[in-house]
Amino acid sequence: MLAEASSEGGFVGPSINEFFPPALLFADTPFEINRIILIRFLMTALLVLLFWLGTRRMKIVPGRFQSLIEMGLDLVRVNIAEDLLGRKDGRRFLPLLTAIFFGVLAMNLPGVVPGLNVAGSSLIGFPLVLAVVAYVTFIYAGLRKHPGTFLKASLFPPGVPWPIYFIVTPIEFFSIFVLRPITLALRLLMNMVAGHLLLVLCFTATWWFLESAPGFLKLFSVGTFAFGLIFSLFEILVAVLQAYVFTLLTTVYIQLALAEEH
Amino acid sequence: MLQSHVLSSGETVNPLLPAVPDLVWSAVVFVIILVFFWFRVLPNVKALLDARSAAIEGNIEKATAAQQEAEEALAKYTAQLAEARAEAGSIREAARADGSKIIAEEKQTAAAEASRILSTAEAQLQANRQAVLVGLKGEVGELALDLAARVIGEILSKDDKSQAMVDRFLKDLDSSEKAAK
Repeated sequence: MLAEASSEGGFVGPSINEFFPPALLFADTPFEINRIILIRFLMTALLVLLFWLGTRRMKIVPGRFQSLIEMGLDLVRVNIAEDLLGRKDGRRFLPLLTAIFFGVLAMNLPGVVPGLNVAGSSLIGFPLVLAVVAYVTFIYAGLRKHPGTFLKASLFPPGVPWPIYFIVTPIEFFSIFVLRPITLALRLLMNMVAGHLLLVLCFTATWWFLESAPGFLKLFSVGTFAFGLIFSLFEILVAVLQAYVFTLLTTVYIQLALAEEH
Repeated sequence: MLQSHVLSSGETVNPLLPAVPDLVWSAVVFVIILVFFWFRVLPNVKALLDARSAAIEGNIEKATAAQQEAEEALAKYTAQLAEARAEAGSIREAARADGSKIIAEEKQTAAAEASRILSTAEAQLQANRQAVLVGLKGEVGELALDLAARVIGEILSKDDKSQAMVDRFLKDLDSSEKAAK
């Protein structure tokens, strides 16, 4: 891409169209597949393979690989699900939370994998699907635990004088039933989009400085390349952190729905 | 790539509006991951955790049983030791009693033996003395008669008279001896 940009002359930074590569298969159908979708398939296959191998024959005394797998699963099981929801509810929602955590992580990581270079979660579809799943789940949890009173207790918090409800109820409605899923989806999407654009900027700039910059300005490529490396490491952190945050917030929403005051 | 450049030069895409294929494939991918974790990974992990806690509990039970066994063995050993000690004490006590009894018996026997020996010796002595006395009595009578016959120049036959005289003399001797005692 940059080769073309430089051949036209000036430096062209990355644009949002980075995330809309041309179709590779089934163009203009609901099953159109482009590069990012292929990356999603690849990462799903890798994730399934990794955990299939890791949990195929589990031993009571774990080896190195099994210990790693167990450590990852325990992060969700112990530190998120059981810590926030307790043993019983934690176990109920554990499959969903584990799938969210490792799904998001697997989709985030290819953003820093050379050759893939774009996160599967940097298209709105994946964060949105997960946000909808989280949204449906916490409403389901609330309705199941407190049938009949969940919506009332959420929208009309007890212990508030009734005239205040004119203000509180719209705010509560907006924050619980509108803002939560949107922020979940956008937080993940924007982190991945921004991370990708940053890396593309660093590395295309490196290339441009090296190729087209006159004389000693080529030295700038060293700086931009170093920035690219640093941001790559940072993006690994972001990938793990966003997976954790997404899972944690989903769990918190479920917990709030379960513990709704009545 | 070409297409994206065509796009970038002209229209831009709103990244917040989901495309249908994006939603479809996102849902498919997530369902695969969810089903895989739900029905494959987590049941395996749950089975493992159960087996692990069972193993730990089993080991704890085993250890408790072993400890109990050891404690029982120790108690048994201690009891046996105490019993043995008591038995040894009683044996020693009995031996001591037996010993003193034997000593007493031996003492008694020895004393009896000693007194028996003493009395035998005394009787022997008495008998010897008697024999000596009898012998002496005869000899002394003969000696005296001899002497007297030599003194008076006549042989005194052993008649009743001389015999009576000798007896009298010996009686005197006896009495004088007794008086001297």
